[in-house]
Amino acid sequence: MNTKRDKKLHGLSLHVMPFSEVKGMSISERVRKILSLIMGNKIIILHGRLRPEEEARLIEDTMVMVDHVKNFKGIELAVIEPDMRKENFMVKMKHELARRLIGDSATITVVGPASVIKEIKKDPKKLELLLD
Amino acid sequence: MKQFTKRIFGILFKSKENIKLGFYGPPNAGKTSLANRICKDWTGEELGIVSNVPHETRNVQFKEKVEIEYKGKKVVLKIVDTPGIATKIDYEDFLKFGLKRSEAKKRAKEATQGIIDSIKWLDDMDAVVVVLDAAENPYSQVNITIIGNLVARKIPVLIVANKIDLKKADVKKIEAAFPEYDVVGISAKDGVNMEEFYESIVRLSKKV
Repeated sequence: MNTKRDKKLHGLSLHVMPFSEVKGMSISERVRKILSLIMGNKIIILHGRLRPEEEARLIEDTMVMVDHVKNFKGIELAVIEPDMRKENFMVKMKHELARRLIGDSATITVVGPASVIKEIKKDPKKLELLLD
Repeated sequence: MKQFTKRIFGILFKSKENIKLGFYGPPNAGKTSLANRICKDWTGEELGIVSNVPHETRNVQFKEKVEIEYKGKKVVLKIVDTPGIATKIDYEDFLKFGLKRSEAKKRAKEATQGIIDSIKWLDDMDAVVVVLDAAENPYSQVNITIIGNLVARKIPVLIVANKIDLKKADVKKIEAAFPEYDVVGISAKDGVNMEEFYESIVRLSKKV
């Protein structure tokens, strides 16, 4: 039996994005790419994270879209990264070296439309997506 | 040339007498309640309207020349209360608070502009108090984004864990989430622990 909820989940689409896909882009281009995927009802899983100013720009541009696009309510955004605070110097140095060589692959950014993701519950070690 | 001269004068004669102190945070954390408490304590007048409906503050509000004194040390502040920053706005959320559909839509439209203004104002702040609800999960991305942006701009930060009057309030959780920053637990509504808060503000102003 196909319930309304089943139909909604049926249309759920994940877009896994390696950081290299947005690496050479300007802030505007990155934010535009992310928002265009979100407008297509996709949840993006980005390897790495945006810079703080890019996150702020993403929020600003999202608000402009909320204002202009009917039924668009905004985004849910969360970043999960390894907690290095309690690690010793060597572990921190290895992590930093790996980050510089191959990018910030241990960090993941999840961003999606608020109409699909009801809430992202986050604590330092886990990320929980509650779908609408 | 005029701009350059003005800038040099600004740097040379920048006094600690007009520190632009921003109040940032998610909606309903109590930014305006705290700004009101400070203004009432030191000027006798409040700054803005407070309500339990999210996004009550939708415009940036100011109070000039608020002089705070703690143990003989004085700072003069320009209090800048900003709209709460969020990543989503749904007018239907306001209907639950009894607003009419047209009012809710208007509020949502104003709230989106308020968020954009809050972000734009970040560049103009000398120091910022990030107001968080001590009864809520501090690991929300909005909190991290706000603090990340302040750090990137080298703006001194004080974190306030507001609403410690609530049973669910957990200041330690906020301290654990942001161990690099000063965290002060207060209740802006009841005026609890304001002495420690003012002491922290005087300390914060020294970093400007």
